[in-house]
Amino acid sequence: MTNVRIFVTYKQSVFDPQGETIKDAIHTLGHDEVTAVKVGKFFDVTIDATGAAVDQSVKEIADQLLVNFNMETYHYQVLEEAE
Amino acid sequence: MRIAVIVFPGSNCDVDLYEALGTVCGADVAYVSHHEHSLVGFDAVMLPGGFSYGDYLRAGAIARFTNIMPAIIKMAEEGKPVFGTCNGFQILTEAGLLPGALKRNDSQRFVCKAVPLEVVNNQTLFTSRYRPHERISLPIAHADGSFYADQKTLDRLEANHQVVFRYAEENPNGSLRNIAGITNQRGNVLGMMPHPERAVEAILGNTDGLRLFKSLLTNGSVKVGE
Repeated sequence: MTNVRIFVTYKQSVFDPQGETIKDAIHTLGHDEVTAVKVGKFFDVTIDATGAAVDQSVKEIADQLLVNFNMETYHYQVLEEAE
Repeated sequence: MRIAVIVFPGSNCDVDLYEALGTVCGADVAYVSHHEHSLVGFDAVMLPGGFSYGDYLRAGAIARFTNIMPAIIKMAEEGKPVFGTCNGFQILTEAGLLPGALKRNDSQRFVCKAVPLEVVNNQTLFTSRYRPHERISLPIAHADGSFYADQKTLDRLEANHQVVFRYAEENPNGSLRNIAGITNQRGNVLGMMPHPERAVEAILGNTDGLRLFKSLLTNGSVKVGE
C-alpha cells in the first residue's frame, strides 16, 4: 500500500487569478516581502501497489483525469509505503 | 431534424435550450439523460449550461466520463452538429472535441450580465443567419469562462476561422484574444460561453440568440465534410 500526494498547479505561463488576489491580500497585511503566490490543489491517493506500479498508476490518473494539460501541470510525492 | 439536449446531474440550462428549440423554433427536440449510451436517431446534440457534477475537479471534467459521451464524440466525428454553451463548452474542451480550456475568470468573480459580441465568422452552420462581423448582445453567467490556449493553438484557431464569437467591448473574464466561442477545425462543433438560449423571445428583452438556432435548423441536416 502506498500513499501518494499529487500536486496540480497552473503552468508557469498561465495567469493564476487566485494567486494574484491572495498576494494582494498578503501585501495588505504588510508582508511586502512576498513577491509571488501560486495556488494549486493536491490529492492524497492511497494505491494498493508499490514501486514502479505506483508511478504507472499516478501517471495514468493524472494524464486522464486530474490534470488538464492545456493549462496545468503536476508532480507527486510518495508519502509512505507500507506492506 | 431531431435534436438531443443532454441532461447531466447539475445541468440547469437544459430547459432553456429545450424551450428555445422546441417551443420558440418549433424543432423536434428531446431530453437525453447522461445515463444513455446512444444517440441513434438524432441529427444534432446540445450540451447545456449549468454545473455538471458541481464543477468538481474542474468545470466539465467529470461529465466527460458519463455513458453518453462516446455517443456525442461519435456524432462529432460523423460531422453532425454538436453545440455546447457555458458548461457545455467546458465539457467539449475537457472531452477534447474543442481545443483549449476554460479557466477561472481573471476577476475571480461570477459574472452575470449581457455582453456585446462580434460574430467573427458567419460562415458556420450555427451562424449563417448573422451578418459578417455583426454586433450582437448575449447574456453570460459564469465564473470559469476565461478561454486559454497556447499561442500556437490560438494562431491556428484564427488562421482556420475557428473563432466564431469575440467579446466586442470589455473582456468580461480574461479570455485570450477576447474569445467567446470557437468551433473545431471541421466546423461542426461549436462551444461558446454566452447563452443564446436565453435571448430568443422579445418579451425577455433580447432575440439575438434566436438566429443561432434558426441557422442550425436551416443547415443542420447538411453534413460537414472532413
